Amino acid sequence: MSARLLVGTRKGLFLLEQAPQGRTSWRIARTAFLGDPVTSVLAIPGTDRFYAALDHGHFGVKLHRSDDVGEHWEEIEAPAYPPKPDDVEDLDPFSQQPIPWTLKRIWALAVAPPDGLWCGTMPGGLFRTTNGHSGWDLVRPLWDSPARRKWAGGGSDWPGIHSVLVDPRDPAQVTVGVSTGGVWATPNGGLTWEPRTDGMWAAYVPPELVHAPTAQDAHYVVQCPAAPDTLWCQHHNGVFRSVDRGRRWEEIKDIRPSSFGFAVAVHPRDPNTAWFVPAIKDEQRIPADGRLVVTRSRDGGASFEILHKGLPQEHAYDLVYRHALDVDSSGETLAFGSTTGGLWTSADGGDSWEEISAHLPPIYCVRFS
Amino acid sequence: MARVELTSNLARYLDCPAAEAPGDTLREVLDSYFAAYPRSRRYILDDQGGLQRHMIAFVGDRPAKDRLRLSDPVAEGQTVFIFQALSGG
Repeated sequence: MSARLLVGTRKGLFLLEQAPQGRTSWRIARTAFLGDPVTSVLAIPGTDRFYAALDHGHFGVKLHRSDDVGEHWEEIEAPAYPPKPDDVEDLDPFSQQPIPWTLKRIWALAVAPPDGLWCGTMPGGLFRTTNGHSGWDLVRPLWDSPARRKWAGGGSDWPGIHSVLVDPRDPAQVTVGVSTGGVWATPNGGLTWEPRTDGMWAAYVPPELVHAPTAQDAHYVVQCPAAPDTLWCQHHNGVFRSVDRGRRWEEIKDIRPSSFGFAVAVHPRDPNTAWFVPAIKDEQRIPADGRLVVTRSRDGGASFEILHKGLPQEHAYDLVYRHALDVDSSGETLAFGSTTGGLWTSADGGDSWEEISAHLPPIYCVRFS
Repeated sequence: MARVELTSNLARYLDCPAAEAPGDTLREVLDSYFAAYPRSRRYILDDQGGLQRHMIAFVGDRPAKDRLRLSDPVAEGQTVFIFQALSGG
């Protein structure tokens, strides 16, 4: 059982605790950063330490840390891009606008064992610190690679790294997911990188680019902690699964009601079990027939169940962003939050859901501590 | 003669089938297409005549570089693809 749930929204951070008694099984215990967009959160396992990334808009991107499970927060150094050389032409291939070498959004935070952090950002930089929080380093081999210049902003103005997967067997093996720019892996802590998109395809580019690694809009990628060779990916035009850490992906077709979406969560111990929150592809982005459902496979994608008990089944227009679905370490407790401020939890692996709130700000990220 | 293919998402709003269109630049090819399908112009170009912010034009497999004047050359037999970078929730 998880003790806490962190919910980052467009208007602040909400920290929920399990309520032994009361109307709902989770309650908002405290808030932080009310009014400010919280784009990413991270709870360090086994500690009272949380991180929260903020996007102040006018005042830039900030990073905060708490060492007392969110009671007090301290602003810490955020990643910074190096100066852009005058002779470098670095254009977003879609918009043809110059890529700003400046921090636009913190989109992913992950532990870099033993005591560091990885940070995925827009416009596409991956950063690492090896000592708690000080001294961020841009991972230059990835940033300087010619392939990175082909990453493009699709849904946002700039490309971004949203998934950072650290192999629990060997923390030098790191896989990142990029929108739009594919999946990339390093065997050596970031010194060298290779694409991991074989088997993926893109429906939204000219025929010559359908299989190009950098054309793959991997909306979100997750890795099974107990079986780290198994990855699941919610891609822009489908669901893909890999059993060899992304060297080869298999498309999982004919998922009802839809294989479009952003979020995916994988069971912490069973690599064959994963959850998705589907929507009508891709220009509408609302639940099919106004019915909010979760899909779950327990057999590696061979079949899916549609889970809807406790979820609104008429005129629901909730969309769930890529970081807004999570499963806890038990594999039984789940939570997800929507663009229209709905927050639901499940204590039985998704069989049934409980509405915790229907009127939070638009939800960006949901994480169990 | 070039060929113009548009994202199927636009078909929700207007008639815009794939079609042959003459021209040596992206501007000329699109103007030829718009002559046949005039409603499609303002779905693809903004009121200044540049590409709408979240529209992408490919000439063959290359994204158009000149999004304002549309001066990218188009060779005989090439296909111009119009896609949208779908955004947000």
